Amino acid sequence: MSWLLGNADQIVQITLVHAWYSALPIVIGFVIAIPIGWLANRYRVGRGTILAVVGLLYAVPSLPLFVALPSLLGTRILDPANVIVALTIYAIAIMVRTASDAFASVEIDVLLSATAVGFSTWRRFWSVELPLAGPVLLSGIRVVSVSTISLLSVGSVIGVTSLGYFFLDGFQRAFALEIIVGIVGTIVIAVISDLLLSLAGRLLMPWNARPPSRRAVRRAEARTLVEAA
Amino acid sequence: MIEFRSVTKRFPDGTVAVRDFSLVIPSRRITVLVGSSGSGKTTILRMINRMVDPTSGTIEIDGDDIAGIEPVGLRRGIGYVMQNAGLLPHRRVADNIATVPVLRGVRRKDARARALELMDTVGLDRSLAERYPSQLSGGQQQRVGVARGLAVDPNILLMDEPFGAVDPLVRAELQRELLRLQRDLDKTVVFVTHDIDEALLLGDQIVIFTTGGIVAQAGTPQEILAAPADEFVARFVGADRGKRALHVREQNGRPVVVDSEGRAAGVLVPDDAGLGARAGDGSPADGSAPGGRPEPARDGGAR
Ligand SMILES: Nc1ncnc2c1ncn2[C@@H]1O[C@H](COP(=O)(O)OP(=O)(O)O)[C@@H](O)[C@H]1O
Ligand SMILES: [Mg+2]
Repeated sequence: MSWLLGNADQIVQITLVHAWYSALPIVIGFVIAIPIGWLANRYRVGRGTILAVVGLLYAVPSLPLFVALPSLLGTRILDPANVIVALTIYAIAIMVRTASDAFASVEIDVLLSATAVGFSTWRRFWSVELPLAGPVLLSGIRVVSVSTISLLSVGSVIGVTSLGYFFLDGFQRAFALEIIVGIVGTIVIAVISDLLLSLAGRLLMPWNARPPSRRAVRRAEARTLVEAA
Repeated sequence: MIEFRSVTKRFPDGTVAVRDFSLVIPSRRITVLVGSSGSGKTTILRMINRMVDPTSGTIEIDGDDIAGIEPVGLRRGIGYVMQNAGLLPHRRVADNIATVPVLRGVRRKDARARALELMDTVGLDRSLAERYPSQLSGGQQQRVGVARGLAVDPNILLMDEPFGAVDPLVRAELQRELLRLQRDLDKTVVFVTHDIDEALLLGDQIVIFTTGGIVAQAGTPQEILAAPADEFVARFVGADRGKRALHVREQNGRPVVVDSEGRAAGVLVPDDAGLGARAGDGSPADGSAPGGRPEPARDGGAR
């Protein structure tokens, strides 16, 4: 307990750093994956190739990647940018496939009718395709979020600040409480991030949060029949 | 007036959906394209707003070749209603109706105010304005689709099997409403259906297709029923059977019209009684005989 109190400042500070370092790959990966996923869905021919290449990225083991990136990027060994770039690559690897599925999930009739009433391609993307791909995109970014937050701990092995530090340090000192702090902290960040994402989803996609109740639909149908009779 | 001149559409995969098609679609009338599935109706309809461009031939609207008109702008000036309404599921009813005016730069607030008026026009309760399409019945969604099609007060309204997915009772109601609307609004309507009853009910001019966008016959409902061009058309319109094969029987010295099953369908009255024009209506029990509607312009008829 006294260890907790004595190190509270450091625990909070490292937790915040962990949250920040994982937020960057989640957001950047999402933004990069969307146009790639859109293209993969739009151009069926390229789809297989794009998804295969992106899928291979995910197969690169994380530790060698962390270690190799400094020489590839010209960064210093301990630069957190290495880990952030590596995690962004994983985020893209997961997110591109989901984004492609998300755009494929948009009903073709809705797209056709949007075109028919005069949406330009650009406008249709922003006001029809992207919002309607939203629910599947959201499920994808939630997976990315959890995986990024937990993978970031591995960065501590190469000396980048993250909650993984407590984990490693606790192991070396055979100090269970410190290990638990590392684990619980990671879980807390993951849960809060997931809650924030689903809250954002509900605010941004109100049509989705309220699927029509069976009763409402039946009542509406009954009313039309009565009107028609 | 919309004019097709020797229009052919061959898709990249080699399918010839429309072959050497020519037709004059007169203004302010309902022209119905009818034929079985795959006969090229949708392709023809989509060529009018350049969703599909012809492989050869030209299409003119009021004398202008539409190949020279920028597609997005062209589409914003033409109403389009499709099966399952094609509404934007993430927009509320009022916003769906306001879609095209907003695309054309009308302020959202003004467009929504106008959307409420259009809801009255198509017989939708204004209380539905804030619902999402999934919270409406099929018939209500279809009305929203029609309201959206009318939102920019277009001269031309394209309707692709708009009532195909609703149950028969609601369909009959929507058909009557369309005829009522058309009496007030006088649009140039191009209506696609595979239902010959619907075609005969709604069409001032009917174009019957075999496959591949080949016209089997074009004309008014009366012309087609009176003189089917061939065996195919006769069978398609059912002129030889059921409720459309009517004949006269004497009953106590008075003529009664009966169908092929011998069921009484009505009586014959003199032509000046006001019912004359739509002898081919086929639904004498339906109280909406559109007796007041003008005949299609003779010179604008099908080729
Ligand atoms: N984009 C397309 N690519 C290839 N073939 C198509 C395409 N659209 C329609 N077709 C084909 O063209 C023919 C006519 O289709 P369509 O115009 O949709 O007929 P209808 O509306 O009468 O059912 C069909 O054989 C259909 O498969
Ligand atoms: Mg069709």
